[in-house]
Amino acid sequence: MGSKVGAPEKLIVNGKRLDGRKLNEMRKMDIKIGVIPNADGSSMVTLGGTKVICSVYGPKEVLPRRNLDTEQAFLNCVYGMASFSTPERVRPGPNRRSTEIGKVIADALAPAIFMEKYAGSEITIIMEVINANAGTRTAAINAASVALADAGIEMRDLVCSIASGKADGQLMLDLFEAEDNFGEADMPLAVLPRTKEITLLQMDGMLSTAEIKKLTDMSMKACEELYKLQKKALQEKYETEKDASE
Amino acid sequence: MTEKIHIKDKEIVVPGALLAEGLEYLPSGRAFRDGENIYASTIGLISIKGRVIKVIPLAGKYMPKRGDVIVAKINGFGKFGWTLEIDSPYKIDLNVGEISMNYIDLKTNKLSDYFKIGDYVFGEITDITESGYMSLTAKRRPYRKLVNGNIIKVGPTKIPRIIGKQGSMINMLKDMSGCEILVGQNGLIWISGEAEKESKAAEAIKLIERESHLSGLTEKVKSMLEGK
Repeated sequence: MGSKVGAPEKLIVNGKRLDGRKLNEMRKMDIKIGVIPNADGSSMVTLGGTKVICSVYGPKEVLPRRNLDTEQAFLNCVYGMASFSTPERVRPGPNRRSTEIGKVIADALAPAIFMEKYAGSEITIIMEVINANAGTRTAAINAASVALADAGIEMRDLVCSIASGKADGQLMLDLFEAEDNFGEADMPLAVLPRTKEITLLQMDGMLSTAEIKKLTDMSMKACEELYKLQKKALQEKYETEKDASE
Repeated sequence: MTEKIHIKDKEIVVPGALLAEGLEYLPSGRAFRDGENIYASTIGLISIKGRVIKVIPLAGKYMPKRGDVIVAKINGFGKFGWTLEIDSPYKIDLNVGEISMNYIDLKTNKLSDYFKIGDYVFGEITDITESGYMSLTAKRRPYRKLVNGNIIKVGPTKIPRIIGKQGSMINMLKDMSGCEILVGQNGLIWISGEAEKESKAAEAIKLIERESHLSGLTEKVKSMLEGK
């Protein structure tokens, strides 16, 4: 994957990764709810060096009208990267990559939402990557999941997402930038934690069937942790208000 | 089959949270059944009454139902009526025949003699067709055009708390503030009275909106309206 120019000699030193994590350890995730007061629901997710702000608007009137679907809601997912989010400037505005990721995220979130209850309306989810350090689409899915819940949209379940991959011949969870750029494979995954239904599974690089199975198990376990984090963040929003009034 | 309840009364739950197992319990409000279990579908507050497990939503937009009483804003003109804005994904129509018991002849009267854009009306949703077409009636009392007064906006999920049990909260607000108050289920509230009293009532409503998921609210609102 990618060019090897500027690659560190080794990605694993004494059984530990370059940022000091174990192989099956993910970066610290921080979830903040209600960061954008003008949106119906919003969140900010920090996963190590990756930072994503998500805002949800709706259900609202479908504009333009040609997107109207009388059977189910129209889910409009916009993924974007801020021009300052990477060391090299990103040209602002939609591009091939961001359009594709927006579409993939919409497909990952749709099974969790009661789409038929919002027939003839539109739900807009805007995800902006403020700082990119690998795993932006998985962070964006986690952010969208809690922002949708914050907006009070009826859902079957929250959606949890994490990437896993292979670098230096070892399978590992939640790659960071160096591992993503100079490793062998990267596999983002999103899951509905209640039914264990996988709603997003992509892979970039080379992996054997056995390796994919191992990585899936690893990600599933991490998603259980993520579900607890999402739940805690959502409940905290109302519980801190409770404390403040007492 | 095992019957088991996983939550306590007044607990805050998130979408997809397991509330109870077994067919003994019944879902209500924002709870749904999947197989034999009951789950929550929005972030909400649990209320358990016997076998019924209810999830009271803490957030969300207004979704119209037939029979809802709402406060709507005139947004545009049609040939025989107006289109209204109700702070929801759907638009609603008000026909000229639905605003008065008397016959209105459009040959001699203009639509703008009755409502102008930006006016508010208090009415009831009479019909929603499958294709999403909705109509409003403001013929009978207490439905009418809202003149004077102020409109304030609250989250539609907080309306049951503002009205209270059998209207206890709203009646107290009306009595103690001395204002006329009309509550629309879409989250728009019309208050009319002396300027000072109006702002006091609005303040009290905002307090209810902020702390709707907490207990002891009636006392708090009472002391707020009494003080000063």
